[in-house]
Amino acid sequence: MVTLTNITKTYNKGSILAVDNVSFSVGKGELFGLIGPDGAGKTSIFRVLTTLLLPDGGSATVDGCDVVKHYKTIRSQVGYMPGKFSLYQDLTVEENLHFFATLFNTTIEENYELIKEIYVQIEPFKTRRAAKLSGGMKQKLALCCALIHKPTVLFLDEPTTGVDAVSRKEFWEMLKRLKKQGITILVSTPYMDEATLCDRIALIQTGKIMSIDTPQNIVKAYSGKLYIIKSDSMNSLSNDLHNYENTLSCYAFGEYLHLSFKLDSENFEKELLNYLVAKGHKKIELQLTVPTIEDCFIKLMSSTE
Amino acid sequence: MKEAVIKTEKLSKRFGDFVAVNEISFEVFPGEVFGFLGANGAGKTTAMRMLCGLSIPSSGIATVAGFDVYKQTEKIKKNIGYMSQKFSLYEDLTVLENIRFFGGIYGLSDKQLKEKSNELILTLGLQNETKKLVGALPLGWKQKLSFSVAIIHQPKIVFLDEPTGGVDPVTRRQFWDLIYKAANSGITIFVTTHYMDEAEYCNRVSMMVDGSIKALDSPANLKKQFSASSMDEVFFELARGAKRGE
Repeated sequence: MVTLTNITKTYNKGSILAVDNVSFSVGKGELFGLIGPDGAGKTSIFRVLTTLLLPDGGSATVDGCDVVKHYKTIRSQVGYMPGKFSLYQDLTVEENLHFFATLFNTTIEENYELIKEIYVQIEPFKTRRAAKLSGGMKQKLALCCALIHKPTVLFLDEPTTGVDAVSRKEFWEMLKRLKKQGITILVSTPYMDEATLCDRIALIQTGKIMSIDTPQNIVKAYSGKLYIIKSDSMNSLSNDLHNYENTLSCYAFGEYLHLSFKLDSENFEKELLNYLVAKGHKKIELQLTVPTIEDCFIKLMSSTE
Repeated sequence: MKEAVIKTEKLSKRFGDFVAVNEISFEVFPGEVFGFLGANGAGKTTAMRMLCGLSIPSSGIATVAGFDVYKQTEKIKKNIGYMSQKFSLYEDLTVLENIRFFGGIYGLSDKQLKEKSNELILTLGLQNETKKLVGALPLGWKQKLSFSVAIIHQPKIVFLDEPTGGVDPVTRRQFWDLIYKAANSGITIFVTTHYMDEAEYCNRVSMMVDGSIKALDSPANLKKQFSASSMDEVFFELARGAKRGE
Protein backbone atom coordinates (compact mmCIF):
# COMPACT_ATOMS: atom_id res chain seq x y z
CA MET A 1 0.00 0.00 0.00
CA VAL A 2 2.90 2.30 0.83
CA THR A 3 6.47 1.69 -0.31
CA LEU A 4 9.63 3.67 0.18
CA THR A 5 12.82 2.79 -1.66
CA ASN A 6 16.05 4.49 -0.61
CA ILE A 7 14.33 7.76 0.27
CA THR A 8 16.73 10.54 1.22
CA LYS A 9 15.87 14.09 2.24
CA THR A 10 18.24 16.91 3.14
CA TYR A 11 17.72 20.51 4.19
CA ASN A 12 19.83 23.65 4.07
CA LYS A 13 21.46 22.85 0.72
CA GLY A 14 22.36 19.34 1.78
CA SER A 15 23.97 20.26 5.09
CA ILE A 16 21.28 18.60 7.22
CA LEU A 17 20.51 14.98 6.49
CA ALA A 18 16.96 14.45 7.75
CA VAL A 19 16.11 11.12 6.10
CA ASP A 20 18.97 8.79 5.28
CA ASN A 21 18.30 6.12 2.67
CA VAL A 22 15.08 4.82 4.16
CA SER A 23 13.21 1.84 2.69
CA PHE A 24 10.15 0.05 4.02
CA SER A 25 6.68 -0.93 2.95
CA VAL A 26 3.30 -1.02 4.61
CA GLY A 27 0.65 -3.55 3.67
CA LYS A 28 -3.04 -2.92 3.11
CA GLY A 29 -4.98 -2.58 6.33
CA GLU A 30 -1.84 -2.49 8.43
CA LEU A 31 -1.34 -0.24 11.46
CA PHE A 32 2.28 0.79 11.07
CA GLY A 33 4.20 2.87 13.60
CA LEU A 34 7.22 5.09 13.08
CA ILE A 35 8.77 5.26 16.53
CA GLY A 36 11.49 7.74 17.35
CA PRO A 37 12.38 10.99 19.12
CA ASP A 38 12.02 14.52 17.71
CA GLY A 39 14.44 15.12 14.86
CA ALA A 40 14.51 11.44 13.87
CA GLY A 41 12.97 12.24 10.46
CA LYS A 42 9.41 11.06 11.06
CA THR A 43 7.71 14.23 9.82
CA SER A 44 9.95 14.47 6.75
CA ILE A 45 8.99 10.92 5.78
CA PHE A 46 5.30 11.71 6.23
CA ARG A 47 5.61 14.89 4.17
CA VAL A 48 7.34 13.03 1.35
CA LEU A 49 4.59 10.39 1.37
CA THR A 50 1.81 12.98 1.41
CA THR A 51 3.53 14.74 -1.56
CA LEU A 52 4.23 17.91 0.41
CA LEU A 53 8.02 17.55 0.12
CA LEU A 54 10.15 16.36 -2.75
CA PRO A 55 12.71 13.73 -1.77
CA ASP A 56 16.37 14.33 -2.76
CA GLY A 57 16.73 10.72 -3.78
CA GLY A 58 14.88 7.42 -3.93
CA SER A 59 11.29 6.73 -4.81
CA ALA A 60 8.05 6.14 -3.00
CA THR A 61 4.53 5.08 -3.86
CA VAL A 62 1.21 5.38 -2.06
CA ASP A 63 -1.61 3.11 -3.19
CA GLY A 64 0.32 2.38 -6.38
CA CYS A 65 0.91 6.06 -7.26
CA ASP A 66 4.35 7.65 -7.43
CA VAL A 67 4.69 10.49 -4.91
CA VAL A 68 6.32 12.80 -7.48
CA LYS A 69 4.55 11.97 -10.73
CA HIS A 70 1.06 11.30 -9.43
CA TYR A 71 0.95 13.68 -6.53
CA LYS A 72 -2.51 14.96 -7.44
CA THR A 73 -4.06 11.50 -7.28
CA ILE A 74 -2.38 10.81 -3.96
CA ARG A 75 -3.60 14.10 -2.48
CA SER A 76 -7.19 13.22 -3.25
CA GLN A 77 -6.89 9.75 -1.75
CA VAL A 78 -4.96 10.04 1.49
CA GLY A 79 -5.85 11.54 4.83
CA TYR A 80 -3.22 13.51 6.71
CA MET A 81 -3.25 14.79 10.24
CA PRO A 82 -0.15 16.94 10.76
CA GLY A 83 1.59 17.17 14.12
CA LYS A 84 0.64 20.81 14.40
CA PHE A 85 -3.09 21.63 14.61
CA SER A 86 -3.87 22.89 11.11
CA LEU A 87 -7.61 23.39 10.89
CA TYR A 88 -9.21 26.81 10.52
CA GLN A 89 -9.31 28.33 14.00
CA ASP A 90 -12.03 30.83 13.10
CA LEU A 91 -14.39 28.28 11.58
CA THR A 92 -16.69 26.22 13.78
CA VAL A 93 -16.40 22.48 14.25
CA GLU A 94 -19.13 21.85 11.70
CA GLU A 95 -17.79 24.42 9.23
CA ASN A 96 -14.33 22.87 9.30
CA LEU A 97 -15.71 19.44 8.62
CA HIS A 98 -18.00 20.73 5.88
CA PHE A 99 -15.08 22.62 4.31
CA PHE A 100 -12.84 19.56 4.14
CA ALA A 101 -15.66 17.38 2.81
CA THR A 102 -16.30 19.89 0.02
CA LEU A 103 -12.61 20.16 -0.83
CA PHE A 104 -12.62 16.45 -1.50
CA ASN A 105 -15.86 16.55 -3.50
CA THR A 106 -17.90 14.76 -0.93
CA THR A 107 -20.38 15.51 1.83
CA ILE A 108 -20.48 14.86 5.56
CA GLU A 109 -23.55 12.68 5.04
CA GLU A 110 -21.88 10.44 2.46
CA ASN A 111 -19.16 9.20 4.80
CA TYR A 112 -20.77 9.88 8.13
CA GLU A 113 -20.59 6.22 9.15
CA LEU A 114 -16.80 6.34 9.13
CA ILE A 115 -16.48 9.29 11.48
CA LYS A 116 -19.69 8.82 13.45
CA GLU A 117 -18.13 7.23 16.50
CA ILE A 118 -15.58 10.01 16.88
CA TYR A 119 -17.79 12.87 15.74
CA VAL A 120 -20.60 12.23 18.22
CA GLN A 121 -18.13 13.11 20.98
CA ILE A 122 -17.62 16.61 19.59
CA GLU A 123 -21.05 17.12 18.01
CA PRO A 124 -22.43 18.88 21.11
CA PHE A 125 -19.87 21.62 20.36
CA LYS A 126 -20.43 21.82 16.61
CA THR A 127 -21.16 25.55 16.66
CA ARG A 128 -17.98 26.31 18.61
CA ARG A 129 -15.00 27.78 16.80
CA ALA A 130 -12.03 25.43 16.48
CA ALA A 131 -9.80 27.90 18.33
CA LYS A 132 -12.00 27.54 21.42
CA LEU A 133 -11.81 23.73 21.56
CA SER A 134 -9.84 21.80 24.16
CA GLY A 135 -6.76 19.87 23.05
CA GLY A 136 -8.55 16.53 23.10
CA MET A 137 -11.47 17.89 21.07
CA LYS A 138 -9.16 19.53 18.52
CA GLN A 139 -7.47 16.19 18.05
CA LYS A 140 -10.80 14.47 17.44
CA LEU A 141 -11.95 17.13 14.99
CA ALA A 142 -8.66 16.91 13.08
CA LEU A 143 -9.08 13.16 12.83
CA CYS A 144 -12.64 13.56 11.52
CA CYS A 145 -11.45 16.06 8.88
CA ALA A 146 -8.68 13.68 7.80
CA LEU A 147 -11.23 10.86 7.45
CA ILE A 148 -14.19 12.63 5.84
CA HIS A 149 -13.29 11.65 2.26
CA LYS A 150 -12.78 8.00 3.19
CA PRO A 151 -9.03 7.90 2.52
CA THR A 152 -7.29 4.69 1.55
CA VAL A 153 -4.29 5.56 3.68
CA LEU A 154 -4.31 7.65 6.84
CA PHE A 155 -1.13 9.47 7.93
CA LEU A 156 -1.09 10.57 11.58
CA ASP A 157 1.95 12.58 12.58
CA GLU A 158 2.44 12.42 16.35
CA PRO A 159 -1.28 12.51 17.19
CA THR A 160 -0.61 11.82 20.88
CA THR A 161 2.29 14.15 21.61
CA GLY A 162 1.66 16.19 24.75
CA VAL A 163 -1.52 14.25 25.43
CA ASP A 164 -1.99 12.68 28.87
CA ALA A 165 -1.82 8.92 29.40
CA VAL A 166 -5.58 8.40 29.65
CA SER A 167 -6.44 10.36 26.48
CA ARG A 168 -3.61 8.60 24.64
CA LYS A 169 -5.19 5.28 25.46
CA GLU A 170 -8.55 6.47 24.15
CA PHE A 171 -6.97 7.68 20.93
CA TRP A 172 -5.38 4.29 20.28
CA GLU A 173 -8.75 2.62 20.85
CA MET A 174 -10.14 4.85 18.06
CA LEU A 175 -7.29 3.80 15.76
CA LYS A 176 -7.96 0.13 16.37
CA ARG A 177 -11.59 0.60 15.38
CA LEU A 178 -10.59 2.48 12.21
CA LYS A 179 -8.21 -0.31 11.32
CA LYS A 180 -11.12 -2.74 11.46
CA GLN A 181 -12.75 -0.72 8.69
CA GLY A 182 -9.82 -1.58 6.45
CA ILE A 183 -8.00 1.74 6.42
CA THR A 184 -4.21 1.53 6.23
CA ILE A 185 -2.74 3.66 8.99
CA LEU A 186 0.76 5.11 9.35
CA VAL A 187 1.28 6.73 12.72
CA SER A 188 4.34 8.30 14.28
CA THR A 189 5.04 8.72 17.98
CA PRO A 190 7.88 9.52 20.35
CA TYR A 191 6.21 7.42 23.08
CA MET A 192 7.88 4.02 23.07
CA ASP A 193 5.08 2.42 25.07
CA GLU A 194 2.69 2.97 22.15
CA ALA A 195 4.80 0.76 19.90
CA THR A 196 3.17 -2.43 21.15
CA LEU A 197 -0.21 -1.19 19.87
CA CYS A 198 1.00 -1.31 16.23
CA ASP A 199 1.08 -4.33 13.91
CA ARG A 200 4.60 -3.48 12.82
CA ILE A 201 6.97 -0.71 13.76
CA ALA A 202 10.10 0.99 12.48
CA LEU A 203 12.48 2.31 15.12
CA ILE A 204 14.01 5.46 13.73
CA GLN A 205 16.83 7.70 14.96
CA THR A 206 18.69 10.56 13.22
CA GLY A 207 17.16 9.77 9.83
CA LYS A 208 18.03 6.09 9.87
CA ILE A 209 15.84 3.10 10.48
CA MET A 210 17.43 0.91 13.12
CA SER A 211 14.95 -1.94 12.99
CA ILE A 212 11.63 -2.88 11.36
CA ASP A 213 9.48 -5.74 12.59
CA THR A 214 6.51 -6.62 14.75
CA PRO A 215 6.93 -5.28 18.30
CA GLN A 216 7.06 -8.88 19.56
CA ASN A 217 9.91 -9.81 17.21
CA ILE A 218 11.89 -6.69 18.07
CA VAL A 219 11.70 -7.63 21.73
CA LYS A 220 12.63 -11.23 20.87
CA ALA A 221 15.67 -10.03 18.94
CA TYR A 222 17.09 -8.33 22.06
CA SER A 223 20.34 -10.21 22.64
CA GLY A 224 21.52 -11.04 26.14
CA LYS A 225 19.74 -10.92 29.44
CA LEU A 226 18.19 -7.86 31.00
CA TYR A 227 17.77 -7.45 34.75
CA ILE A 228 15.84 -5.08 36.96
CA ILE A 229 17.62 -4.09 40.12
CA LYS A 230 17.03 -1.88 43.12
CA SER A 231 18.40 -1.39 46.60
CA ASP A 232 17.82 0.82 49.62
CA SER A 233 20.17 3.43 48.17
CA MET A 234 19.24 4.12 44.55
CA ASN A 235 21.52 7.13 44.17
CA SER A 236 24.74 5.26 44.87
CA LEU A 237 23.45 2.08 43.21
CA SER A 238 23.60 3.67 39.78
CA ASN A 239 27.14 4.90 40.42
CA ASP A 240 28.33 1.60 41.83
CA LEU A 241 26.87 -0.34 38.90
CA HIS A 242 28.49 2.00 36.38
CA ASN A 243 31.83 1.30 38.04
CA TYR A 244 31.30 -2.47 38.09
CA GLU A 245 33.54 -4.16 35.53
CA ASN A 246 30.98 -6.57 34.11
CA THR A 247 28.29 -3.90 33.56
CA LEU A 248 27.40 -3.44 29.92
CA SER A 249 24.60 -0.94 30.42
CA CYS A 250 22.70 0.48 33.34
CA TYR A 251 19.99 3.09 33.24
CA ALA A 252 17.01 4.29 35.23
CA PHE A 253 13.65 2.75 34.43
CA GLY A 254 10.84 3.80 36.73
CA GLU A 255 11.56 2.69 40.27
CA TYR A 256 14.22 0.19 39.14
CA LEU A 257 17.45 0.33 37.18
CA HIS A 258 17.76 -1.81 34.08
CA LEU A 259 21.04 -3.66 33.95
CA SER A 260 22.78 -5.88 31.45
CA PHE A 261 26.10 -7.72 31.81
CA LYS A 262 28.97 -8.02 29.36
CA LEU A 263 29.04 -11.72 30.18
CA ASP A 264 25.93 -13.58 31.31
CA SER A 265 26.08 -16.43 33.77
CA GLU A 266 24.54 -17.29 37.10
CA ASN A 267 27.85 -16.89 38.89
CA PHE A 268 27.94 -13.29 37.79
CA GLU A 269 24.69 -12.62 39.53
CA LYS A 270 26.19 -13.85 42.79
CA GLU A 271 29.39 -11.92 42.22
CA LEU A 272 27.43 -8.75 41.60
CA LEU A 273 25.42 -9.23 44.78
CA ASN A 274 28.61 -9.73 46.79
CA TYR A 275 30.07 -6.59 45.23
CA LEU A 276 26.99 -4.54 46.11
CA VAL A 277 26.76 -5.87 49.66
CA ALA A 278 30.42 -4.92 50.12
CA LYS A 279 29.49 -1.42 48.91
CA GLY A 280 26.94 -1.22 51.70
CA HIS A 281 23.74 -1.84 49.78
CA LYS A 282 20.82 -3.46 51.56
CA LYS A 283 17.48 -4.84 50.39
CA ILE A 284 18.91 -5.61 46.98
CA GLU A 285 16.39 -6.94 44.46
CA LEU A 286 17.82 -8.46 41.29
CA GLN A 287 15.51 -10.12 38.79
CA LEU A 288 15.46 -11.06 35.13
CA THR A 289 12.99 -9.03 33.10
CA VAL A 290 11.51 -8.95 29.61
CA PRO A 291 12.88 -5.99 27.63
CA THR A 292 10.46 -3.27 26.54
CA ILE A 293 10.61 -1.51 23.18
CA GLU A 294 12.40 1.34 24.94
CA ASP A 295 15.15 -1.07 26.10
CA CYS A 296 15.50 -2.28 22.52
CA PHE A 297 15.65 1.30 21.27
CA ILE A 298 18.37 2.23 23.75
CA LYS A 299 20.38 -0.86 22.83
CA LEU A 300 20.05 -0.17 19.11
CA MET A 301 21.04 3.46 19.67
CA SER A 302 24.22 2.53 21.49
CA SER A 303 25.18 -0.08 18.92
CA THR A 304 24.80 2.32 15.98
CA GLU A 305 26.74 5.14 17.61
CA MET B 1 11.55 20.05 58.90
CA LYS B 2 13.10 22.76 56.76
CA GLU B 3 11.10 25.85 55.78
CA ALA B 4 8.98 25.17 52.67
CA VAL B 5 10.01 26.96 49.46
CA ILE B 6 6.54 26.67 47.98
CA LYS B 7 3.55 26.87 50.24
CA THR B 8 -0.07 27.09 49.11
CA GLU B 9 -3.28 27.13 51.11
CA LYS B 10 -6.63 26.78 49.34
CA LEU B 11 -5.14 28.46 46.28
CA SER B 12 -7.80 28.94 43.58
CA LYS B 13 -8.20 30.48 40.17
CA ARG B 14 -11.53 31.12 38.54
CA PHE B 15 -12.22 32.29 35.02
CA GLY B 16 -15.82 33.48 35.14
CA ASP B 17 -17.86 30.47 36.34
CA PHE B 18 -15.05 28.08 35.56
CA VAL B 19 -12.91 26.97 38.50
CA ALA B 20 -9.59 26.11 36.86
CA VAL B 21 -7.76 25.53 40.14
CA ASN B 22 -9.87 24.59 43.14
CA GLU B 23 -8.42 25.18 46.62
CA ILE B 24 -5.10 23.40 46.31
CA SER B 25 -2.92 23.19 49.42
CA PHE B 26 0.58 21.75 49.47
CA GLU B 27 4.19 22.41 50.44
CA VAL B 28 7.44 21.77 48.62
CA PHE B 29 10.75 21.65 50.48
CA PRO B 30 14.29 22.78 49.54
CA GLY B 31 16.16 20.37 47.30
CA GLU B 32 13.04 18.29 46.69
CA VAL B 33 12.17 16.85 43.27
CA PHE B 34 8.44 17.45 43.16
CA GLY B 35 6.35 15.92 40.36
CA PHE B 36 3.24 17.89 39.45
CA LEU B 37 1.07 15.47 37.50
CA GLY B 38 -2.39 15.46 36.06
CA ALA B 39 -4.45 14.91 32.93
CA ASN B 40 -4.71 17.57 30.20
CA GLY B 41 -6.93 20.32 31.46
CA ALA B 42 -6.59 19.37 35.12
CA GLY B 43 -5.32 22.89 35.88
CA LYS B 44 -1.56 22.25 36.07
CA THR B 45 -0.55 25.12 33.80
CA THR B 46 -2.85 27.60 35.55
CA ALA B 47 -1.46 26.55 38.94
CA MET B 48 2.10 26.85 37.68
CA ARG B 49 1.44 30.31 36.23
CA MET B 50 0.23 31.49 39.63
CA LEU B 51 3.32 30.07 41.34
CA CYS B 52 5.60 31.79 38.80
CA GLY B 53 3.96 35.14 39.44
CA LEU B 54 2.38 35.30 35.98
CA SER B 55 -1.24 35.06 37.05
CA ILE B 56 -2.89 36.52 40.16
CA PRO B 57 -4.94 33.94 42.11
CA SER B 58 -8.67 34.45 42.70
CA SER B 59 -8.40 33.36 46.33
CA GLY B 60 -6.23 31.47 48.76
CA ILE B 61 -2.69 32.01 49.98
CA ALA B 62 0.65 31.09 48.42
CA THR B 63 4.29 31.97 48.87
CA VAL B 64 7.12 31.01 46.53
CA ALA B 65 10.70 31.35 47.73
CA GLY B 66 9.23 33.27 50.66
CA PHE B 67 7.44 35.83 48.48
CA ASP B 68 3.74 36.45 48.19
CA VAL B 69 2.11 35.49 44.87
CA TYR B 70 -0.24 38.51 45.00
CA LYS B 71 2.12 41.33 45.90
CA GLN B 72 5.69 40.23 45.25
CA THR B 73 5.50 38.68 41.79
CA GLU B 74 8.61 40.52 40.53
CA LYS B 75 10.65 39.16 43.43
CA ILE B 76 9.34 35.67 42.69
CA LYS B 77 10.45 35.95 39.08
CA LYS B 78 13.99 36.85 40.18
CA ASN B 79 14.21 33.80 42.41
CA ILE B 80 12.93 31.10 40.09
CA GLY B 81 13.98 29.49 36.84
CA TYR B 82 11.54 28.31 34.17
CA MET B 83 11.87 25.95 31.27
CA SER B 84 9.32 24.36 28.97
CA GLN B 85 9.50 22.20 25.90
CA LYS B 86 7.93 24.91 23.78
CA PHE B 87 9.77 28.02 24.89
CA SER B 88 13.36 27.41 25.69
CA LEU B 89 16.06 29.29 23.81
CA TYR B 90 16.44 31.61 20.84
CA GLU B 91 17.15 29.41 17.83
CA ASP B 92 18.81 32.19 15.86
CA LEU B 93 21.27 33.10 18.57
CA THR B 94 24.42 31.06 19.19
CA VAL B 95 24.93 28.89 22.26
CA LEU B 96 27.10 31.54 23.90
CA GLU B 97 24.75 34.39 22.97
CA ASN B 98 21.82 32.54 24.54
CA ILE B 99 23.74 31.95 27.75
CA ARG B 100 24.78 35.62 27.92
CA PHE B 101 21.29 36.84 27.06
CA PHE B 102 19.47 34.80 29.68
CA GLY B 103 22.22 35.28 32.26
CA GLY B 104 21.89 39.03 31.67
CA ILE B 105 18.13 38.89 32.10
CA TYR B 106 18.55 37.00 35.36
CA GLY B 107 20.82 39.84 36.49
CA LEU B 108 24.27 38.21 36.51
CA SER B 109 27.26 40.58 36.43
CA ASP B 110 29.75 40.42 33.55
CA LYS B 111 32.19 38.56 35.73
CA GLN B 112 29.59 36.05 36.89
CA LEU B 113 28.40 35.65 33.32
CA LYS B 114 31.86 34.77 32.11
CA GLU B 115 32.46 32.26 34.91
CA LYS B 116 29.05 30.71 34.59
CA SER B 117 29.16 30.34 30.80
CA ASN B 118 32.58 28.66 30.93
CA GLU B 119 31.44 26.31 33.65
CA LEU B 120 28.20 25.48 31.85
CA ILE B 121 29.85 24.86 28.49
CA LEU B 122 32.42 22.59 30.10
CA THR B 123 29.84 20.56 32.05
CA LEU B 124 27.72 20.01 28.96
CA GLY B 125 30.73 19.30 26.73
CA LEU B 126 29.72 22.03 24.29
CA GLN B 127 33.22 23.50 23.80
CA ASN B 128 33.08 23.05 20.03
CA GLU B 129 29.54 24.35 19.65
CA THR B 130 29.67 27.73 21.42
CA LYS B 131 29.49 29.66 18.15
CA LYS B 132 26.84 27.47 16.57
CA LEU B 133 23.24 28.63 16.32
CA VAL B 134 21.06 26.88 18.85
CA GLY B 135 18.65 25.99 16.02
CA ALA B 136 21.32 23.71 14.57
CA LEU B 137 21.73 21.64 17.75
CA PRO B 138 20.00 18.28 18.23
CA LEU B 139 16.89 18.53 20.43
CA GLY B 140 18.48 16.64 23.29
CA TRP B 141 21.33 19.14 23.55
CA LYS B 142 18.93 22.05 23.28
CA GLN B 143 16.93 20.74 26.21
CA LYS B 144 20.03 20.17 28.34
CA LEU B 145 21.34 23.63 27.48
CA SER B 146 17.97 25.18 28.13
CA PHE B 147 17.80 23.56 31.57
CA SER B 148 21.30 24.75 32.45
CA VAL B 149 20.38 28.27 31.36
CA ALA B 150 17.21 28.17 33.48
CA ILE B 151 19.34 27.57 36.59
CA ILE B 152 22.30 29.79 35.64
CA HIS B 153 21.40 32.25 38.43
CA GLN B 154 21.19 29.43 41.01
CA PRO B 155 17.47 30.05 41.69
CA LYS B 156 15.73 28.62 44.73
CA ILE B 157 13.24 26.80 42.52
CA VAL B 158 13.14 25.75 38.89
CA PHE B 159 9.83 25.04 37.15
CA LEU B 160 10.08 22.46 34.38
CA ASP B 161 7.02 22.10 32.14
CA GLU B 162 7.28 18.82 30.24
CA PRO B 163 11.03 19.19 29.79
CA THR B 164 11.55 15.79 28.19
CA GLY B 165 8.69 15.65 25.64
CA GLY B 166 9.87 14.08 22.38
CA VAL B 167 13.43 13.55 23.60
CA ASP B 168 15.14 10.20 22.85
CA PRO B 169 15.26 7.64 25.68
CA VAL B 170 18.99 8.00 26.36
CA THR B 171 18.94 11.81 26.48
CA ARG B 172 15.78 11.68 28.62
CA ARG B 173 17.76 9.80 31.25
CA GLN B 174 20.78 12.10 30.96
CA PHE B 175 18.37 14.98 31.50
CA TRP B 176 17.24 13.43 34.77
CA ASP B 177 20.88 13.15 35.85
CA LEU B 178 21.08 16.93 35.42
CA ILE B 179 17.89 17.35 37.45
CA TYR B 180 19.33 15.31 40.32
CA LYS B 181 22.57 17.25 40.22
CA ALA B 182 20.67 20.52 40.50
CA ALA B 183 18.53 19.12 43.33
CA ASN B 184 21.67 18.02 45.20
CA SER B 185 23.01 21.57 44.91
CA GLY B 186 19.91 22.73 46.80
CA ILE B 187 17.66 23.83 43.92
CA THR B 188 14.07 22.71 44.33
CA ILE B 189 12.68 21.01 41.23
CA PHE B 190 9.02 21.41 40.28
CA VAL B 191 8.37 19.26 37.22
CA THR B 192 5.45 18.16 35.03
CA THR B 193 5.63 15.17 32.68
CA HIS B 194 3.47 12.77 30.68
CA TYR B 195 6.02 9.97 31.10
CA MET B 196 4.86 7.93 34.05
CA ASP B 197 8.24 6.26 34.55
CA GLU B 198 9.58 9.74 35.28
CA ALA B 199 7.05 10.13 38.07
CA GLU B 200 9.05 7.42 39.85
CA TYR B 201 12.14 9.63 39.81
CA CYS B 202 10.42 12.29 41.93
CA ASN B 203 10.68 12.41 45.72
CA ARG B 204 7.00 13.25 45.95
CA VAL B 205 4.23 13.46 43.38
CA SER B 206 0.93 15.29 43.35
CA MET B 207 -1.93 14.21 41.09
CA MET B 208 -4.32 16.88 39.93
CA VAL B 209 -7.81 15.98 38.68
CA ASP B 210 -10.41 18.56 37.61
CA GLY B 211 -8.70 21.42 39.42
CA SER B 212 -8.07 19.68 42.74
CA ILE B 213 -5.12 17.75 44.12
CA LYS B 214 -6.51 14.24 44.55
CA ALA B 215 -3.37 12.59 45.88
CA LEU B 216 0.06 13.66 47.11
CA ASP B 217 2.79 11.39 48.42
CA SER B 218 5.99 9.57 47.51
CA PRO B 219 5.65 7.24 44.51
CA ALA B 220 6.09 4.21 46.80
CA ASN B 221 3.30 5.34 49.15
CA LEU B 222 0.99 6.24 46.28
CA LYS B 223 1.39 2.79 44.80
CA LYS B 224 0.64 1.28 48.20
CA GLN B 225 -2.39 3.53 48.68
CA PHE B 226 -3.88 2.54 45.31
CA SER B 227 -2.63 -1.07 45.40
CA ALA B 228 -0.95 -0.38 42.06
CA SER B 229 2.25 -1.89 40.68
CA SER B 230 3.26 1.23 38.75
CA MET B 231 2.64 4.97 38.68
CA ASP B 232 0.88 4.38 35.38
CA GLU B 233 -1.83 2.48 37.22
CA VAL B 234 -2.08 5.13 39.92
CA PHE B 235 -2.55 7.75 37.22
CA PHE B 236 -5.25 5.74 35.45
CA GLU B 237 -7.05 5.07 38.70
CA LEU B 238 -7.20 8.81 39.47
CA ALA B 239 -7.52 10.40 36.03
CA ARG B 240 -10.13 7.98 34.73
CA GLY B 241 -12.79 9.71 36.76
CA ALA B 242 -11.87 13.15 35.36
CA LYS B 243 -14.89 15.05 34.10
CA ARG B 244 -13.27 17.72 32.02
CA GLY B 245 -10.94 17.58 29.03
CA GLU B 246 -8.37 20.24 28.34
